Amino acid sequence: MFSRTIISRAVRQTAARSSAFAAVRPTPLSTPAPATSFLLSLASQRRLLSDAVRQAIDKAVASAPVVLFMKGTPETPQCGFSRASIQVLGLQGVDPNKFAAFNVLEDQELRQGIKEYSDWPTIPQLYIDKEFVGGCDIIVSMHQNGELAKLLEEKGVLLKEEGGQAEGETKE
Amino acid sequence: MAQTSITEDSIRAALTERLKATHVEVQDMSGGCGQAFTSLVVSPEFEGKNSLKRHRLVNAALKDEIAQIHAWSAKCQTPDEYEKEMAVTGGKDEPPLDGTEGGKVTGVTE
Repeated sequence: MFSRTIISRAVRQTAARSSAFAAVRPTPLSTPAPATSFLLSLASQRRLLSDAVRQAIDKAVASAPVVLFMKGTPETPQCGFSRASIQVLGLQGVDPNKFAAFNVLEDQELRQGIKEYSDWPTIPQLYIDKEFVGGCDIIVSMHQNGELAKLLEEKGVLLKEEGGQAEGETKE
Repeated sequence: MAQTSITEDSIRAALTERLKATHVEVQDMSGGCGQAFTSLVVSPEFEGKNSLKRHRLVNAALKDEIAQIHAWSAKCQTPDEYEKEMAVTGGKDEPPLDGTEGGKVTGVTE
């Protein structure tokens, strides 16, 4: 009974947070970034990755099959490594509907928190199916050696090819 | 404790000592917005590990150093992989410069 109480309370808290973080919107590949703050209500907690920050990042990571934490937006990357990573995802043909980008420059909590969350010291950071893939070096090398194409294909997150396009032909 | 400055030499020494790297190349890629380095690290400790695990090893070995600089890139190879790539490319196996412009970091770092 005790544990059940705890669990239901945890669920309630999660639900409450979900609404508090309703302003958290991922940035689709094709539309401009909304000027939202990732964790507006948690500005006082700077150093350690609090449960609340962790849960918010959990949610961000789960917000789409392919998630990139980056500097700037897909349209206007603010760092060459973020730019290169976005370019790779575009070249791979990742479906914009299955992709979300979070601009760490818009929120200091996210910017510091994601490094601890992933145990990874740099931005950008790529997640596929909630699993950490790597940063720019890994994204680019997996792009070059074919591993990324294979992974994205397996996860079913690429734009559907139509008819002859698979053979590189233009469809009328 | 005073903040020690990070140099190509200090990074090379750290990787050689902490990862038993047999070959390390460190290159400055700062574009004026702070210290930034890219590296080629060859170590037998990468044997049997995937790319993510190799990078995690390097990140852990250079935890304090990376925390002090503004950008960091690495290419992690085993001695066998390094030798093969050197043979295939005619001696051209270098630190990665993807994401830079002409070998220099651009944009918001730190």
